[in-house]
Amino acid sequence: MTQIDWGRASRYFLLSDFFAGFKLGLKYFFAPKETINYPHEKGPLSPRFRGEHALRRYPNGEERCIACKLCEAICPAQAITIDAEPREDGSRRTTRYDIDMTKCIYCGFCQEACPVDAIVEGPNFEFAAETREELYYTKEKLLENGERWEAEIARNLELDAPYR
Amino acid sequence: MADFFSTGLGITIIILAQCLLMAIFLLLSAYFILYADRKIWAAVQMRRGPNVVGAWGLLQSAADMLKLVLKEIVVPAGADRAVFFIAPILSFALPMAAWAVIPFNTSWVLSDINVAILYVFAISSLEVYGVIMGGWASNSKYPFLGSLRSAAQMISYEVSLGLIIIGIVISAGSLNFGEIVAAQDGSFGLFNWFWLPHLPMVFLFFISGLAETNRPPFDLPEAESELVAGYQVEYSSTPFLLFMAGEYFAIFLICALTTLLFFGGWLSPIPGLPDGALWMVGKMLFFFFIFAMVKAITPRYRYDQLMRIGWKVFLPLSLGWVVFVSFAAHFGWFGGAYARWAIGG
Repeated sequence: MTQIDWGRASRYFLLSDFFAGFKLGLKYFFAPKETINYPHEKGPLSPRFRGEHALRRYPNGEERCIACKLCEAICPAQAITIDAEPREDGSRRTTRYDIDMTKCIYCGFCQEACPVDAIVEGPNFEFAAETREELYYTKEKLLENGERWEAEIARNLELDAPYR
Repeated sequence: MADFFSTGLGITIIILAQCLLMAIFLLLSAYFILYADRKIWAAVQMRRGPNVVGAWGLLQSAADMLKLVLKEIVVPAGADRAVFFIAPILSFALPMAAWAVIPFNTSWVLSDINVAILYVFAISSLEVYGVIMGGWASNSKYPFLGSLRSAAQMISYEVSLGLIIIGIVISAGSLNFGEIVAAQDGSFGLFNWFWLPHLPMVFLFFISGLAETNRPPFDLPEAESELVAGYQVEYSSTPFLLFMAGEYFAIFLICALTTLLFFGGWLSPIPGLPDGALWMVGKMLFFFFIFAMVKAITPRYRYDQLMRIGWKVFLPLSLGWVVFVSFAAHFGWFGGAYARWAIGG
């Protein structure tokens, strides 16, 4: 003769779990929503956020990149391709700076490796495209990104500087 | 004009118009309860739910419907084509047919037959065929497993549903919904309804209704974690839409049955307030809310637990209740609470 657990049996037949669950459900029913209305509202981003790449310029308009190719060397996905030759004034500059954004894993090593803060990953993450070709970024595209996002990038670099 | 509507053709036209009205009501209610369903789960999970298409996302169901209708109908190579297409039509048409005897107010009913409960019961027993045929005709593993589960589950819970209804029928002395509701009328408002004398059966009926309509926590036929989507796996486009709409008609039917059998149909809960179809719809929506909440708060039962509850708990309880109600009605226990017909004539 097994002992009947009357407490457990009565809780079972009085659906106590169900009512407790219902109460909890109702509590969350009236709780404030956690969802962000994404295209209209956006969540906060860290200054270290690693989004779309950009090539920066100095304030005088000269491009920062000196074609040292450290980013190309460190890139674990081998997404960066650089060609370089001396310019007419003798300075060494890139003639080609391509990033295959379909290969990129957004690790941020290029940014870390860069001695002149030329290549950076900006705060933009909304650059989805309909074709692959649009994601093969060229030097022009990257410089254009740099111009568009310079204010945010400079601010983020400044905010993150104390921790580097 | 009045003469025309008493001729055979006129009556046919009136009946067709009534059927159309009912169909429109059902489609609209399916449209909005689908939306309500998603909003309620979303709220419990602290999400917003559909809110992009139309104001507050009200057009979301229309967008989904349009999308499904415009999609390609994929028929599996090994499928039994005829049965494959009959199945969704059955599971759409049968729950709809059951609505023919559901009244919304005194004599607001398509067909006022005196065995209305039996009719609803017969139709809802047939609903399982849509699921079985869908699973079988797909000629695929998971749909077949899903439909087998569904068959066993729906038949098991129909047994206790039937027994619970017998108790109500004994108390009301009629199988007609109008008379069942009339039997719940009284001077105490909601305390005259059958939920009070039949209190345990309200829960049993509601839970069996969940199982009967394959709603969580009894959604084993379409358990997505094991069976992908059960009998609906191979369905796409309009056939899938028909399955979906049929499911919501059946759910709303259970809400209507709960309202009619236990909660006084169109009777006003407070004595003095006028009765009316609005009470009926309001109560149905309330039970639908509970349906949606149950889906949001309960995890799915294991199959053996489902069967154990059906056969070892619900069946003995409802059977015992029928016996109890029979005695109470015959001997007039509890001041005739169980046999209004014996007291009132």
